[in-house]
Amino acid sequence: MKQTDVIVIGGGPAGLAAALAAQRGGARTLLIEREPRLGGILKQCIHDGFGLVRFSEQLTGPEYAERDINAFKQAGIEALTTTFVTRIKKTATGFILTAVNQTGVLTITAKALVLATGCRERTARQVFIHGTRPAGIFTAGTAQHYINLLGQMPTKKCVILGSGDIGLIMARRLTLEGATVLGVYEAKATPSGLTRNLYQCLHDFDIPLHLSQTVTRVYGEERLTAVEVCAVDEAMQPISGTSQKIDCDALILSVGLIPENELAISLGVELDPKTKGPICNATLMTSVDGVFSCGNALHVNDLVDYVSESGQLAGTAAADFSHKQRVEIALTTDPNFAYLVPQRLDLNDTGTKTIVYFRSQQVLKNCDLIVMVNEREVLRKHYSHLRPPEMERLEVDFAHLNLTADSILSFKMEVH
Amino acid sequence: MKALICILCPNGCALSVSDDQSEIAVTGQKCKRGLEFAIAETTNPTRTLCTTVKTIFPEMPVLPVRSATAIPKDRIFDVMTAINQVVVTEALGCGTPVITDVLGLGIDIIATASMITTQ
Repeated sequence: MKQTDVIVIGGGPAGLAAALAAQRGGARTLLIEREPRLGGILKQCIHDGFGLVRFSEQLTGPEYAERDINAFKQAGIEALTTTFVTRIKKTATGFILTAVNQTGVLTITAKALVLATGCRERTARQVFIHGTRPAGIFTAGTAQHYINLLGQMPTKKCVILGSGDIGLIMARRLTLEGATVLGVYEAKATPSGLTRNLYQCLHDFDIPLHLSQTVTRVYGEERLTAVEVCAVDEAMQPISGTSQKIDCDALILSVGLIPENELAISLGVELDPKTKGPICNATLMTSVDGVFSCGNALHVNDLVDYVSESGQLAGTAAADFSHKQRVEIALTTDPNFAYLVPQRLDLNDTGTKTIVYFRSQQVLKNCDLIVMVNEREVLRKHYSHLRPPEMERLEVDFAHLNLTADSILSFKMEVH
Repeated sequence: MKALICILCPNGCALSVSDDQSEIAVTGQKCKRGLEFAIAETTNPTRTLCTTVKTIFPEMPVLPVRSATAIPKDRIFDVMTAINQVVVTEALGCGTPVITDVLGLGIDIIATASMITTQ
């Protein structure tokens, strides 16, 4: 049986950062990746815009990944690629992990785990599109995989449902490679993606964006031949009499990402219904001692720079991990927040600086974020503009607040 | 008055540009790069082009590439045509030019990943 200190599951940007941080923290570290190559989804994100926060440069996904992979290799960290974790069992002293690869079944023990398993795309069946089940319905990430890794075009003429960033990026990519993108349809009244992607991916190529409209039906037996689009009301219900049939050979979906936490759930890790990722404290330890979460498995990020940052936090904490009593209080939020991470603060481990990530529930202009302890204001920060697609990062020093186990720590938004 | 979105960082500042006088006036930017972007966007808009080139290697049938610096926006499809005629036959490292001085624009098309091959 192989023994190590920290096992990192997932070799994308979060896992690479976590493994590097754990190794630097003095822990024997092993990274497990199910694919043959490290880098995760960045391998297929060939567009630029990565690394602006971390490197002050506009890198493409593969360039960003290669920097971390080179650092990982230089550090001499062990990685098992093409290896799939099938089971993790918690013991009194740590974890017993079972994985499979070409050599057979492996059993490895570790003192701490970092779950860097990323997120998965929501599929057609999860957004209730009716009709037949023809070929030609792809998630944006699948279309991206075909074009950018396999060099194969999945469509000549398509409709994109959802205005998430990957959908916008794929609208441009498909157009560059000669396909016709008839339009991007978004059921919500506001676009989901970053403003700059609306500009450089749609506006640059005259691709229309249809808000408050959705795809309600697909047509075709072997291959998709058309989709039905329909206007929707505020409750996102189709408005009768507004439907329209559009001939195309593919429907590409960019309808949301969900943190992947199958292994976390099997360990009894408590999830946050808002983020769909684990409930964590400021060291990114989950509700299960010794299990840490980071990257898109923790909450879906819009910038990889923060994915790497959370990986580094989790990896450092995993290397430091020892069983000790936790005294945790909740960080509560008002309904103006879509979510806030971390959800808890361990009073035995507050440190000098806690990194808080949050998103607003809706577009807010000219508002103040207020941190309250027992209804007393301890911090106020002004925001001229908050948009749900754009995650915010805030550093808070909780250590000097003399918090106790019965303190009530709440985050509020005052809209002017 | 023209409305633009600055694409230089995720802030995506909404800029408005007016060039009524002989000078271009820009408002809405949070940093000075927004001003530079607005002037470039109204006089000579450019974009970094990211795409792939074909290779002869089955382990990596396409190699991601980008223009080393931004190219004129109205030449994007011309450059795409030039890139799509190339087939990479040797294992290249990240940053290596795949096309030098594409279409005489003075800009190289460079690999953005290191090739992995078993050869």
